[in-house]
Amino acid sequence: MNFVPKIDRRAFVVGTAAAGAGFSLGMSLPIGRAYAQGTPELNAWVVVRPDDTVVVRIARSEMGQGALTGLCQLVAEELQCDWAKVTWEYVDPSASLARKRIWGNMNSTGSNAIRQSHEYVRQGGAAARQMLVQAAANEWKVAASECTAANSVITHAASGRKTTYGQVALAATKIEPPDPKSVVLKDPKNWQLIGKPIKRLDTADKVTGRQKYSTDTQMSGLLNAAIKACPVRGGKVVSFDAAKVSGMKGVKNVVKVGDTAVAVVADTWWHAKKALDALPVVWDEGPGAKASSASIAAFLKEGLEAETPFVGNQAGDINAALAGAAKKVEAVYAYPYQNHACMEPLNATARYTAEKCEVWTSTQNAEAVLAATVEASGLPFNACAVSVVTAGGGFGRRARTDYVTQAVLIAKQMPGTPVKLLWSREEDMTQGTYHPITQCKLTASLDANNNMTGLRIRISGQSILAGIAPERLVKGRDPATFQGLNPGGEEGRLGYEIPNILIDHAMRNPHIMPGFWRGVNNNQNAIYLECFIDEVAHAAGQDPLAFRRKMMAKHPKHLAVLNAAAERAGYDKPLPKGVFRGIAQHMGYGSYVAAVAEVSVASDGLITLHRIVGATDCGYVVNPAQVERQISGSFVYGLSAIFYGSCTVKDGRIEQTNFHDYNSMRLAAMPKVETVLVPSGGFWGGVGEPTIFVAAPAVLNAIFAATGKRIRSFPLKDQGFRTA
Amino acid sequence: MALLTVNGRQYDVDVDPDTPLLWVLRDTLGLAGTKFGCGIAQCGACTVHIDGAAMRSCALPLRAIAGKSIVTIEGLASGGLLHRVQQAWIDHDVPQCGYCQSGMIMAVAALLKDQPRPTDAEIDAAITNICRCGTYQRIRAAIHAAANT
Repeated sequence: MNFVPKIDRRAFVVGTAAAGAGFSLGMSLPIGRAYAQGTPELNAWVVVRPDDTVVVRIARSEMGQGALTGLCQLVAEELQCDWAKVTWEYVDPSASLARKRIWGNMNSTGSNAIRQSHEYVRQGGAAARQMLVQAAANEWKVAASECTAANSVITHAASGRKTTYGQVALAATKIEPPDPKSVVLKDPKNWQLIGKPIKRLDTADKVTGRQKYSTDTQMSGLLNAAIKACPVRGGKVVSFDAAKVSGMKGVKNVVKVGDTAVAVVADTWWHAKKALDALPVVWDEGPGAKASSASIAAFLKEGLEAETPFVGNQAGDINAALAGAAKKVEAVYAYPYQNHACMEPLNATARYTAEKCEVWTSTQNAEAVLAATVEASGLPFNACAVSVVTAGGGFGRRARTDYVTQAVLIAKQMPGTPVKLLWSREEDMTQGTYHPITQCKLTASLDANNNMTGLRIRISGQSILAGIAPERLVKGRDPATFQGLNPGGEEGRLGYEIPNILIDHAMRNPHIMPGFWRGVNNNQNAIYLECFIDEVAHAAGQDPLAFRRKMMAKHPKHLAVLNAAAERAGYDKPLPKGVFRGIAQHMGYGSYVAAVAEVSVASDGLITLHRIVGATDCGYVVNPAQVERQISGSFVYGLSAIFYGSCTVKDGRIEQTNFHDYNSMRLAAMPKVETVLVPSGGFWGGVGEPTIFVAAPAVLNAIFAATGKRIRSFPLKDQGFRTA
Repeated sequence: MALLTVNGRQYDVDVDPDTPLLWVLRDTLGLAGTKFGCGIAQCGACTVHIDGAAMRSCALPLRAIAGKSIVTIEGLASGGLLHRVQQAWIDHDVPQCGYCQSGMIMAVAALLKDQPRPTDAEIDAAITNICRCGTYQRIRAAIHAAANT
């Protein structure tokens, strides 16, 4: 099979020009739906059209991470169809609800899109194949077991007859679907599509400007809205003077949005934004307005020594180990608030009437968008419809639905008129759901032989669940706080065998809204642990890799990935003069990751990232090219955060407002990234997030190797460092 | 009313003269391939060509570009053929979310017109657009490939 179809330039432009006309008419439909219209499905996951086109239903979100292509590979593997005939369509969550959630969980967070749906989507592909083969066998009046299927062609070898999926598709839809429990999936050793570096299915439109994101939603009569919420979380609108701006060019309406925000609706977004900027608003900022970064830091610092019942990992007797230590090492780290800053600012389009509410938006959680639409519109589920549109980045921010609620509340004040709400970048930066803020005190004990006998970690700081989903706390405790530090489990366990351990959490929740941010609590936990382990190794006078290896014998998968990274990096070989190395490893979202970074640091603080090796064991690799992209991209996202990413608080509000003061890594700073995939099989780990855990600690440990300076608070720009 | 030439077509538009070109393209002309990222010319998602030069359209008021010729991502392909930068982007499977790539491609197309064989240092200096997905490694490879076609 040719996995890299060469697109003929001429055919491509002519072909998509015709499709372009369809898009301009069809944007009120989810992209791709038109493909399947008129053809009955084989099952929830597969439609085969008479022309052999295979439409795979996608229930998870595509936000750049490649889930769309990977999910299609999983279905096509079992369907045994011609990959060149595969296309897709997104699932409408209200349709799923009407069919008893037949498409399952539609959430795309926690690197879950593939690892939590691989089984049932493959079963969908396999069941569809069985039905197609049965339909052909019926037509030929032979046993299905005598027929084979490959590349969308069904063959009866005994008689030499052949047919295609498209030719029997309609007949196949009338066959009783097999019991899912009876469907046998392929042995991984027989996979032909899974594991191959197949090109993405969604590239072509992204290089011509034809890809429609939700911010591109167009429809007849559409108006544009700009919004400003109270800059201090917890504050409210007291009053605003609409008369001051209602005569400005293009302005159609000035509305209050819930208790917390005001919006201007106009013909173009610029006219809306200009009027919004001129609109006088009086806020009641509430008690949060007293907070500052200093007051929050003091609040967290107190938690480093306070009593707490929230223990995440405990073994042996840490107090005895510390009391009996030949040598103790202690350090305090801190991790700041950070914003997601998706390239596509948050936006949603809504059209409300007394009978119906429709929403078009990009999201990581289509069912939550539906729920938000129901709640904000006041209409029942069956009167609400959500069309999922491709997202220009998500990173956890699009798991929230605040912007959807706002869009519906605006549209509700202008019945019948579709309104597209688009946040300015300033709104995006100041109304975030931020990477939570924490501090961490770590203490280690070494015995006389420099073996690590004890590890005490106290995390003090914000719980994401307490902020966004307090009902998910467990007896007041936030289990996600301990990501990557857990004593066991398949999700994210500590990779070191240390006889005496105590890891606990003093929850301290400032008023700033926290949220899931790519990698979530693994990010700071991996920095705390992996930089501190480096500190202990140096205190013990041992090489950081050798020191780690001694404690990893009972964690072979963690160790294998660390070794793979070290081997590819040539860890035992000397580096060029002035170049220094740092390593880190971690486990999260079911995957094992490690990195070796090679950096140099100039006397003026300029850091050059020469090369980073990233190794991953995610069990099964669905598409190695996709995994490589996620690894490479994780270094950009993670290192942008550690170099530049800090949201500070003054008078209760976030101070950073745009990319000029919340910078992101550019091409010039990009290191050469080498990816090492060591899939050990037998499990399905995530790939969208895990590498980000090790990006910062590997570089920080390399900076220490270069400078002898331990950086324990971030971002690096505040410590005198910069990138090109 | 202002007269604009975009992708070889002339348009009359009735908007505030301080409206940035980006919003004229997106909301008035319906050319949505050019993206809004920051509004202050920091991220480059809105990059278009003005008389052949790459410029960030989100902070470029309409009155500043009177009489100039504008090319957007929709007008980059010509004569039924993708631009070599677009083709290189497909060959290297560059985009992830893709939201920044219109601007990225326009910036690179302008670079290659001025510097047909850019060095890595020249690429670093010229291509300063933000990609939050982090596609830079493939971008660099695709730029070199496009330069050699």
